[in-house]
Amino acid sequence: MSSTATGIGAPVRRKEDFRFITGHGQYTDDVVRPGETKAVFVRSPHAHAKIKNIDVSAAKKMPGVVDILTGAQLATDKIGNLICGWMIHSKDGTPMKMSAHPALAASKVNCVGDAVAVVIAETTAQGKDAAEKVIVDYEVLKAVIDPAKAQAKDAPQIHADIPNNTIYQWHLGDAKAVAAAFAAAKHVTKIDLVNNRLSPNAMEPRAALAEYDEGTDNLTLWNTSQNPHVARLVIAAFVGMAPEHKLRVIAPDVGGGFGSKIFIYPEEVVCLWAARKVKRPVKWTSDRSEAFLTDAHGRDHVTHAELALDANGKILALRAKTIANLGAYMSTFSSSVPTYLYATLLSGQYNIPSIYCEVDAVYTNTAPVDAYRGAGRPEATFVIERLVEVSARQLGLDPVDLRRRNFITAFPHQTPVIMAYDAGDYNASLKKALEIADVKGFGKRKREAARHGKLRGIGYSTYIEACGIAPSQAVGSLGAGVGLWESAEVRVNPTGSVEVLTGCHAHGQGHETTFAQLVSERLGIPFENVSIVHGDTDKVQFGMGTYGSRSGAVGMSAIVKALDKIEAKAKKVAAYVLEAAEGDIEFKDGKFTVAGTDKSAAWGDVALNAYIAHKFVGADLEPGLKETSFYDPTNFTFPAGCHICEVEVDIETGKTEIVNWTAVDDFGTIINPMIVEGQVHGGIAQGVGQAMMEGVVYSAEGQLVSGSFMDYTMPRAHDLPSFHVGLTETKSPSNPLGIKGCGEAGAIASPAAVINAITDAIGSEDLAMPATANAVWSALQRATPRQAA
Amino acid sequence: MYNFTFHRPTTVRQAAGLLSRNPEAKLLAGGHSLLPVMKLRLAQPSALIDLSQVEGIVGVELKGRSISIGAMTRHADVANSPVLKEAMPGLAAVPGSIGDPQVRNRGTIGGSIANNDPNADYPAACLGLGATIITNKRRIAADDFFTGMFSTALEEGEIIVRISFPIAKKAGYEKFKHPASGFALVGVFASKRGSDIRVAVTGAGSNGVFRVPTFEEALKKRFSPKSLEGLTIPAAGMNSDIHATPEYRAHLVGVLARRAVAKAVG
Ligand SMILES: Cc1cc2nc3c(=O)[nH]c(=O)nc-3n(C[C@H](O)[C@H](O)[C@H](O)COP(=O)(O)OP(=O)(O)OC[C@H]3O[C@@H](n4cnc5c(N)ncnc54)[C@H](O)[C@@H]3O)c2cc1C
Repeated sequence: MSSTATGIGAPVRRKEDFRFITGHGQYTDDVVRPGETKAVFVRSPHAHAKIKNIDVSAAKKMPGVVDILTGAQLATDKIGNLICGWMIHSKDGTPMKMSAHPALAASKVNCVGDAVAVVIAETTAQGKDAAEKVIVDYEVLKAVIDPAKAQAKDAPQIHADIPNNTIYQWHLGDAKAVAAAFAAAKHVTKIDLVNNRLSPNAMEPRAALAEYDEGTDNLTLWNTSQNPHVARLVIAAFVGMAPEHKLRVIAPDVGGGFGSKIFIYPEEVVCLWAARKVKRPVKWTSDRSEAFLTDAHGRDHVTHAELALDANGKILALRAKTIANLGAYMSTFSSSVPTYLYATLLSGQYNIPSIYCEVDAVYTNTAPVDAYRGAGRPEATFVIERLVEVSARQLGLDPVDLRRRNFITAFPHQTPVIMAYDAGDYNASLKKALEIADVKGFGKRKREAARHGKLRGIGYSTYIEACGIAPSQAVGSLGAGVGLWESAEVRVNPTGSVEVLTGCHAHGQGHETTFAQLVSERLGIPFENVSIVHGDTDKVQFGMGTYGSRSGAVGMSAIVKALDKIEAKAKKVAAYVLEAAEGDIEFKDGKFTVAGTDKSAAWGDVALNAYIAHKFVGADLEPGLKETSFYDPTNFTFPAGCHICEVEVDIETGKTEIVNWTAVDDFGTIINPMIVEGQVHGGIAQGVGQAMMEGVVYSAEGQLVSGSFMDYTMPRAHDLPSFHVGLTETKSPSNPLGIKGCGEAGAIASPAAVINAITDAIGSEDLAMPATANAVWSALQRATPRQAA
Repeated sequence: MYNFTFHRPTTVRQAAGLLSRNPEAKLLAGGHSLLPVMKLRLAQPSALIDLSQVEGIVGVELKGRSISIGAMTRHADVANSPVLKEAMPGLAAVPGSIGDPQVRNRGTIGGSIANNDPNADYPAACLGLGATIITNKRRIAADDFFTGMFSTALEEGEIIVRISFPIAKKAGYEKFKHPASGFALVGVFASKRGSDIRVAVTGAGSNGVFRVPTFEEALKKRFSPKSLEGLTIPAAGMNSDIHATPEYRAHLVGVLARRAVAKAVG
């Protein structure tokens, strides 16, 4: 319970929203520097081609052109390649095969949208005019788009040094034990799944503004980043643009990321390089068409999965073989998504004795694929939750019952795929969800729907995810190139107000509110007196940014640790102020008291005394009140829950309406229930989008067919019902606040719930995502050919 | 967007004069089809001739047994017209189904018809009611006006002034929205005016809006959804894209035609 009206658990309104909804947000494109120029990229219209020649002579003469730079110049200037920072080893022990990824292609383009040159111009319009005059002579090559075909002997080779377009052939688990379990199984369920490729579509498109200071030789980059420090590290250490201390990265207000703004992109590198070359600031803001082409996409798995069960519906083993499409280049964290963020979650909420998963990651002539809300965990949940539902149907069991028979009920629980679940109560969230969803009344609703020509179906998803990313040593042992701790600095001002500098980065999550709530709770001060500073490498010493539902579990834990130190130091100051022994000082509700007396000092008095330093000498106590902490979690956190989706399908058209949605989640401690509910709503919307609407489509030649909102279907408010949201709570034992994280759960849980519901309604499992009206209608035709037309 | 000059005439004559003097010019109505393609640099008109201040081409009027709609009448104003809602609610429903409020408050009937997007709604209504398109030069029957995807019988320098819809006692429009764009994936307009029975389909055909003579024939016996039961059209000639197969579109034509007739007799 909260000790202040704005403390932990209070549904306070988001502080940041006033500036956002009144148009006072300060996004990268809003930052204007004196003498600023605009960058316009010349991009490949071909999916796969050799660059034979680039002629910029006519373009350079166009009005407003400052300079035109090409990949050849980038190479001459020894600007390094972009990298993928997570090493994966193949089954045979060989390291993954990472191709060179220059920020501007010099000799070959590997996907439509690959940048080959950049025009630096006075205005964007002039830049676009000139870009059209850059003549690029391409020799078009055959392209491979389908990941299932990328490894074929006759497939076009995308990177000369990488045979069969295969990045790695990875596996996890005990193949032998799994084979034995399958041999002994009473029932085996087999499914083939495609986890459809998604376009992230953050509301704010990506942008970069670079400025070079000739006097100091310093570079500054404003960018749309979820993790500015990681961007600086990669651009300094790997791209070699400038030493780390000569590069400042500022990620101001960022309008949504969903993963796509974790990565370091070519445009940021090119703007920095160009700014130093033309000695003027260079800005690039993606337009929506560029965003569709060049933002890293999500998902794109092709999977065959099998579940072995005994006669009582007990799961014996699971095996899966997945081909993961990583696109034309390996994006910053792409290698980890279909491996350690995917296969490690295949156990779901179930006690599965053995699991074996093989993953081949392949190159194709498409945009890079990397983490997107949920990253690997939605894919895993889709596999296990479809397997369980289909198994129940094949065995004639109630899918709820089958789940109950296999739930993990004792914690800690070591799964066969690395993860050690530390806390949870899966029966509790299931029970609550069954009640809220009125599952008992489903039969009646189904009969009623049938009277109106509608097929009604119900689908479950009892999901789990691993968040609170992540214990550094653990991820280091799995190949991560970085540690995934978080830092916090708490600065108390002489008047008692507080600034918290965090290495997390907010781009929709509401940190300015929730982090302030934590400080309000701990120090007993109103949350208006707390401000949160993030997103600037010159202000915050270091941080790993925001993704993987980590900011609460890891970022706030760092703040807790820093606040512990603040409290300890403040008690020392209070002891001088109150002329008492330090051991007798107590701190509660913003007041320091001396045990057993009525002497007290307010928070503000102690803060002031820490700075004026009149009551103590420097030899005894350092003045000031500022503390830092670097917090490394002891484990992942394991949010879990149960989502139940009910749909009605129009038999004649296949049009499917979600008529009921219940989400019961266990996120551990909740800081702000209103914000949590918003995260759940948004996550479900994205998951429903994946299940029923969204899908990136390339033609066989590699042209992006779904390149605008006229063809890429985003979920809209009217596509969704009002959600029934509930919570259960088991605290995470792996961080001081007991937080598990809530940012991705909705997107992880929902696709399986939707497809389980629609397949229930239509009585056929033969349905791929996105389950558009056409897809559902076709599935109905295949299932019951007599109903056709 | 490329550079262009901008003109704002106040009469149809002036507009026509400007058009004839600027062969590369484009008329600008609501801009909701034209401006997006200009922004994408897919169109490069030398000049825009804005029709927003042109007199006498706005409004919905009852003229005898017809409804006359000025070319520059916005979708929202047609949808909310009391005159039209009274005379022929089936037609008012068509602009009511277009896009979102922003689009309906800017887009115009003249622009929509001149553009003849294969997924647009108004062409189905025009063909499904046997409307007459009145230009600054002549009157064109809807049956002759829509000549294929994004193509019409309009000649160079020709400006749509208004559209005249005969009032049908029974008229209904059923639209299956394109999931991404909100246009008609398939839309069917069905009407009965005396012995004139029309079924017009938008969205489905690979050559734009078309009539379905077999359906019209079947409805002549009795104008009822029952008359269409079991009837379909062949998938050949249907549009195919990532959103719908030709088979699905053909199937929808049958389903939506029944629903449109049900609405019309409703
Ligand atoms: C997001 C969005 C959603 C939409 N959804 C739908 C939908 O669901 N259904 C639908 O039917 N439409 C839809 N539209 C299109 C919309 O209805 C447009 O407004 C319409 O197609 C064009 O009308 P306009 O007045 O905007 O014309 P403009 O864009 O101004 O002009 C279109 C073309 O017509 C020409 N033109 C304009 N007026 C005349 C005239 N009087 N005489 C001769 N030529 C003329 C112009 O030169 C131009 O070539 C949508 C548009 C958008 C942007």
